[in-house]
This record gives sequence, C-alpha cells and structure tokens, in this order.
Amino acid sequence: MKNQILLSRRGLLKSGGALIVGFTLGLPARNAAQQASAPAGRAGAASSQDVDSFIAIKADGSVMLLTSHVDVGTGIAAAYCQIAAEELGIPIERFTITEGDTAVTPDHGATGGSSGIPRGGVDIRFAAATARQALLELGAKQLNRPASELTVAGGEVRPASGGQGVTIASLIGGKRFSLKVNTKAPLRDPATYTVVGKPVLRTEVPGKCTGKHVYLHDFTLPAMLHGRVIRPPSFGAKLLSVDDSSVRGIPDVRVVRIENFLGVVAKDEWAAIRASREIKAAWNESQGLPGNDGFDRFLRTAPAEPDLSVVNRGNAAVALPSTVKELSATYYWPFQSHASMGPSCSVADYKEAGVTTIWSSTQNAFGQRATLSRVFGIPQDKLRVIYLDGSGSYGTNGANDADADALLLSRGVGAPVRVQWSRQDELGWDPKGPAQLLDMRGGVDASGNIMAWDVQMWLPSGPGGDRALLGPDSAGMAQSHGQGAGLMTLNADTPYSAPNVRVIAHNLKDTPLRLSNLRAPGKIANVFAAEGFADEMAAAAGMDAVAFRRRGLTDPRAIAVLERAAQMIGWQARPSPSPAVAQGNVLIGRGIAYMRYKQAENYVACAMEVAVDRRNGHIAVRRVTCAHDCGLIINPDGLRNQVEGNIMQTLSRTLHEEVTFDRSKVTSVDWVSYPILRFPDAPAIEVALINHPDQPPYGAGEAAAAPVPAALANAIFDATGVRLRTVPFRADQLRTALSKA
Amino acid sequence: MATYKFRVNGGPVTVDSWDPEQPLLYILRNSLGLHGAKFGCGLGQCGACTVLLDGKAVRSCLTPVKQVVGRAVTTLEGLGTPEKPDVVQAAFIAEQASQCGYCTNGMIMTAKALLAQTPHPTLEQVKTGMAGNLCRCGTHTRILDAVMRVAKA
Repeated sequence: MKNQILLSRRGLLKSGGALIVGFTLGLPARNAAQQASAPAGRAGAASSQDVDSFIAIKADGSVMLLTSHVDVGTGIAAAYCQIAAEELGIPIERFTITEGDTAVTPDHGATGGSSGIPRGGVDIRFAAATARQALLELGAKQLNRPASELTVAGGEVRPASGGQGVTIASLIGGKRFSLKVNTKAPLRDPATYTVVGKPVLRTEVPGKCTGKHVYLHDFTLPAMLHGRVIRPPSFGAKLLSVDDSSVRGIPDVRVVRIENFLGVVAKDEWAAIRASREIKAAWNESQGLPGNDGFDRFLRTAPAEPDLSVVNRGNAAVALPSTVKELSATYYWPFQSHASMGPSCSVADYKEAGVTTIWSSTQNAFGQRATLSRVFGIPQDKLRVIYLDGSGSYGTNGANDADADALLLSRGVGAPVRVQWSRQDELGWDPKGPAQLLDMRGGVDASGNIMAWDVQMWLPSGPGGDRALLGPDSAGMAQSHGQGAGLMTLNADTPYSAPNVRVIAHNLKDTPLRLSNLRAPGKIANVFAAEGFADEMAAAAGMDAVAFRRRGLTDPRAIAVLERAAQMIGWQARPSPSPAVAQGNVLIGRGIAYMRYKQAENYVACAMEVAVDRRNGHIAVRRVTCAHDCGLIINPDGLRNQVEGNIMQTLSRTLHEEVTFDRSKVTSVDWVSYPILRFPDAPAIEVALINHPDQPPYGAGEAAAAPVPAALANAIFDATGVRLRTVPFRADQLRTALSKA
Repeated sequence: MATYKFRVNGGPVTVDSWDPEQPLLYILRNSLGLHGAKFGCGLGQCGACTVLLDGKAVRSCLTPVKQVVGRAVTTLEGLGTPEKPDVVQAAFIAEQASQCGYCTNGMIMTAKALLAQTPHPTLEQVKTGMAGNLCRCGTHTRILDAVMRVAKA
C-alpha cells in the first residue's frame, strides 16, 4: 500500500528521511499508517519521561514527533509540530508525527476532554525545550563557544550574533539524546514566536481531498478477511439457535458463534455483508428498557446515588424566598449519539504465539490495550494497538467495540479480520451521551442582581471503571461495566456574581443505554440550562441580556468575549422579547450566551440571529458570532476550524438530535430517524479569536460547543416570546407553542 | 463468476463479481483499490460514497455493478492528486475544508457534478445542491466557501 511504513522503536532513527510520506507541501507530514512488523510489543518501552520518547532527530536532520494523543480530524498534529518546531528552532517542514502506537509512542495520556494542547502539547513543548538545551550544549563544544552565546534556528546551532553554525543533523542526527524531560527547561519567549500563533495548513488535507489519505477503513493486510457482527435484536437478547445453512449460498462464509456473540467472516466484504443480513438466527428477546417517552419523569424517580453536592456557597435555599423575583424552570437534554459519518472499523490480527495487533481508531491506544489485555487475557507485551485515522469520533464512539469484534473474529478464524459496522449498528450501539434533566430555581433583587441560584440535576450514571465492550459481553467474557461519561456536572452554576449558589447532582445508579463521553460532556446541557435561565432572569428583571450578564462579571477576559460577540452580531440593547412586529410570517430575534469552560478554562461567548416562521415553527439560524479566548493560540486556522465545527455540530444537536428507544432497542438507527443538520440550515459563522500569548494554552475541541444551545434558545425567545427548554428544538414543538402564545 | 467491463477514471477495467447486485462501492474499494469513496450508510442517505457515473453524481453504495457495465465511472482519485489537484480539490485544500475528512469524497464529487451542471451557482443553489451530503464535524461553512471559490472563479 502507498504511504505505509514499517516502524519500530529501534528503527526510528535509522530510517533517514524515508518516513516523510507523500504530499508534504512544505509542511509536516503525518504518518499514514504503520505496519505490524515492529519487534515484539514492548509495553512501556517509550517512557513519557524521556526526550527520546517524544523526539527523534534523524541523520538527514528531519524530526519525528511521537505522541499518544491522536488527531481525529482536529488538526492537533499540526499544532504539535508547531510547538516543537518553535522550541527546537527547526523548520516545521522537516517534521513528521506518529500517533497512538503502543509499541513506539510514549503514553502521555488519551485524547479527550480538550487535553490535547494543555497536556499533550505542553509535554511536547518541554521535551523540545529540553532537547534544545542539549543541542546548545553540543553546539557549544563543536563551535568552541559558550552555549549562552548560541541559538538554534533554521535547523542549526549558531552564534546568536551571526556567523558559522553547525547543523543539528551533524550534532545529534541518528543518535539519542538520552535525557529526561526537564519541566523547568527554559522556554522560548512568546514575544519571539515565529511558528506558534501562525496559521499552518494541515498536511493530511490534500490526501483527504484526493483519496490518498489512508484511513483505518482503507487499511488492508495480506490474507485479511472481512467480518461482520450480528448484534442482537434487543439489548440483552439471548441467542437460541443459528441456521448455518441460511448463508450456504454465499461464497466462503464462516460463522463464528460464542455464546450470544454471532459473527460471519468471508473473503469478500460484500459476501460478509450479505451473510450478516441473511443469516437466520433465533433470539430470546428482552424488554428491559424504559423507553424514551417520558424519560424525564423516569429520571426523577429511578434509584439514585446519595446527593452529590457540586457547588455550595452562601445559602441558596434560605435566600430564595427573600428575593424580589423568584423563578423556576426545568431543562431537558436527551440521549445523543456520536453519530460518526463512518461506522466504526477495526482490523485485528490475532496471534496465538507472538504479538497480536489491532489497528484501531480509538482515542486511547494505551487504555484500549490495557482493556483488551484484561478482557482477552492477552499479556500487554503481546498486544499492540496502532491508531489509524477513522471518522471523527467526538468521544468514545463504536471504535473500541469494533476492536473487540475484530479480535473475537480473528481469534475465531485464525486470520486477520477487518470489521466495519453498519450504519444501524453505529447509531444503535455506540455508547451514548447521557440524557440530563435540570431543575433551576433562582431569584433576582430589585436591581436585577442574582441573589440565589439553586440547581438540581438528574442524569443516568453507573459505576466508574472500564466500559464494557459489546462483543465480549455477548460472548460471556468477564469484564467491568463502567459507565463514565466525562465531567458531567460542571458549568451548572452561574458564571455571574451571586452570593448564594447550590448545585446538587442526582446520579442514577443505572442507565438504560450504555454511556460514554460525547463532546463537551455534561457542559452543553448545563450551560443550556444555566444560560437559558440567566436569560429568563434578565427578561423577568426587564433588562437587556448583555447588560444583565455584564453587570455580573468582573474578569476582564470574560467581559471581553461577551462584548465582542455582541458587537459582532450588531447587538441593540433592549429587553427581550423583541418588540418588533413580524416581517410577514417571519419573526426575527437575537440571543447571546457566555460561559467559561469548566469554570476554569476557555472564555467563550456566542451570539446568534434567528428567523422563526410562525406558520410552521421552522427555525432558521441566520448568523452566528463567537468570541473565543483559549489563552495562547498555537494554530489560528486549526483553532478556527474547531470553533466553527463545535458551533455547527452543536446547532445540529440542539435542533435535531435525540436517540429514541423502545422497551428493547434503540430505534433511531439511520439518518432519517436520527437526522443531523444539513447545508440549507448551515448559518454563516463569524469567529473572533482573542490571543493571549503570555497565558497558558487551553484546548479548543469542546468549549465553543457549550454556549450554542442557550444562545439559540435565547434568540428564539427574543423572536417569539416562547422559551424552549427541551432539546431538540423541533419545528412542530415550536409551532405548537406559538399557537398557544 | 461473472465478469463486468466498464471504465474507471478514463481507463477500461474488467472485474469479477459473484453477485450482480454487489454495489459498485465494494468493487471500487476492494477490487480496484480505490478508497476515495467511503462507506457511510449503505442507504443512500449520507453521500460519503458518491462517484460520478457518466458525469452524474450517484451513490455507489446503492449502484449494483451490473448497472455500470459499459459506462464511465469517475472517482475522487480520477480528479487529481495531492501534487496536481483538480480545481475543486484545490479549493477544498485552500479552504482547509476538511476535518476528519470522511465525508470529503462525497462533498467534492457532488460539488463536481453540481458545478458541471451550473458553473456559477449562488450560495443558496450550492446549499440546495449539497443538501443530501452529510458532514458531522460541522465543516459546512468551509465546504461552502470552497465550492463558492470555484463558482466565482
């Protein structure tokens, strides 16, 4: 295959420039894919303490970065190259990057929670800064001058005052640094940055636009077979019998059955698909789900863990009755799917003796190796997980489950097996972002100050620990059944000054649908409630929504994003709803929302203008503005792409998306029953990036998503006087509300 | 096994298929090693598998190989290369109109057919023309910018 390379820890430095694959356009290349020819899996071979684990400078002066963080379409690979190029003083076009290979990359954390830059990028920054100091020392010996008089620039160590330098290739090329990462190594002064903060094009985009980029879905091995898993017709259904003769007419099909796990394997992919559709199996069905109708009521009554106090300052319960205007409202967010465009895929090559290899689009290669090791009883040093780009995942989609499917089938037939899920399986069986219910109570004083803020939230939950994998569950293999879905309880407290604030979480003991982290977990629903409710307070106080928020903020960075987003949308100060009369049947309004992500990271304000057709309730989002402050900006173009994507995806989640389920299964299993936003509904988006080069960098993969639903709800309220508190905002729901208004 | 002859990206191909109903998508990806077209749904709902058949955008996941005999298929690989992208591909690269990129094939192939029919569409025409192609990363504005870059050229 094109652009496939052989990679081993030992061979990293020997491979010269040959690792630079394809189309570089003068920019850092990402490795397309890696073959499984490394020496036996070497658990922990690359320590995250060692400079050499992160950086390999080859004989030709090219540089390979290695990281456990992966670029699932976010552009983080380009940002990592910028960070390292800046600290090292080596031109960025000499960089390649290898991601998430348990045999060769250091384990410095999984991808998720917007940690790629603040944790992953900072690790790379210090490794590069340590390497830079070593290069200066090596150069000092070679040039016979003190290191303090030298600098690294253009891939050379040279006198800062000018004059003859020496190339890094001649100093260290093909050799190891053999140094621990020094987290106190001097860093470049941000005022002198030449690469960080500049827009850099992502090197994989030309390949993605021409069919040359190798996705996991495109990866093949010699003698690889195609597998498909037949998922049960209902959750927990038992497999009673299988009629093998039902697929006898399809060429070269083998049936793999392990207790309730049923799969088919064939040489030809289409044969595997046909067999998976046509195989006759009898199941003992199950009806264990509550169904999604009235699920908000279910949330209130289902058994819960003891109350969790998330925030408690002042005394909200006592203060509430003494406020001038007391308000209460209930907000609901449904279960949602990651809804990846490409159904999850995996290639597994099980080896009874030797190293078993899994090519995976997991966001956590090392964690996945540990899980598979435990569940399958394969020692970690006999198991290698190699990340390859998949479809965008936005959290834990079906990828980890697909790995287990492929491994079960490969072990079952003794050959490498590729599995790709169906559309129905991806939407039906990916672990879901949890439903959330929030009861908001609060009160303002006569001047419109928030005096009390009291939140109770309910969400399906369950034990922590490893998430159970679908295939092994069906196959009766022992495993833990964790239901972690991320930091679900943050951002329900108001960001505005309030003397009495209480947030209580009721975590349910169980969940009807499997859970996982889905982009900005918890925070989207919590900010929807918090910023919708703040808007309700502003309206009750007869105040302009921006002025109401502005008065409750003291942090200048918070005020800056709020005012910028408002200014960009052309905000006219006045209370909501809008006094303007309808233009024909169209009602126009604008809304705003602000939050600081996790109350500790990015400052984001989002404003939008909507037009609502009162005849049918259709919501047209016309314009969105966003002011975004994530501290130091690494790659403004990559950042902008993430902010735009966050906004568009969250508009989709707010307007369209809800996982539906009956008593036995998920029923939203294709793009008709689980619709997402389409081009005619895509608004213009204007983004203002506020750079603080002197501040630490925060991640940007999630934050801009959080204020979107509230900004939309607030704009709809401004346009119509109708307050939407249940997602999705379907047109029929709004039309009904408008007819009552 | 039956044999099927047609043209792909300008050249003749002969492929075998045990099933005349086998969708073109799997022939392209597995028999011909052309991975541009992606499996997204198998239902004709998302557009990730779009190719041109005699110049018209079709869903290769729903196009049986038997229907392709004697006809001309163009895939994403047939438009251009990373070094020499065609005008639509170049516009997508310039706008960085791709995040995960799984939908990108369908976006470019649909835009290609749209622009062949209507060389200078309005933004609204592009939005309508691309309404059947789904993107999950939310790259919509950049995809529209890329198509409009060509439309205005």
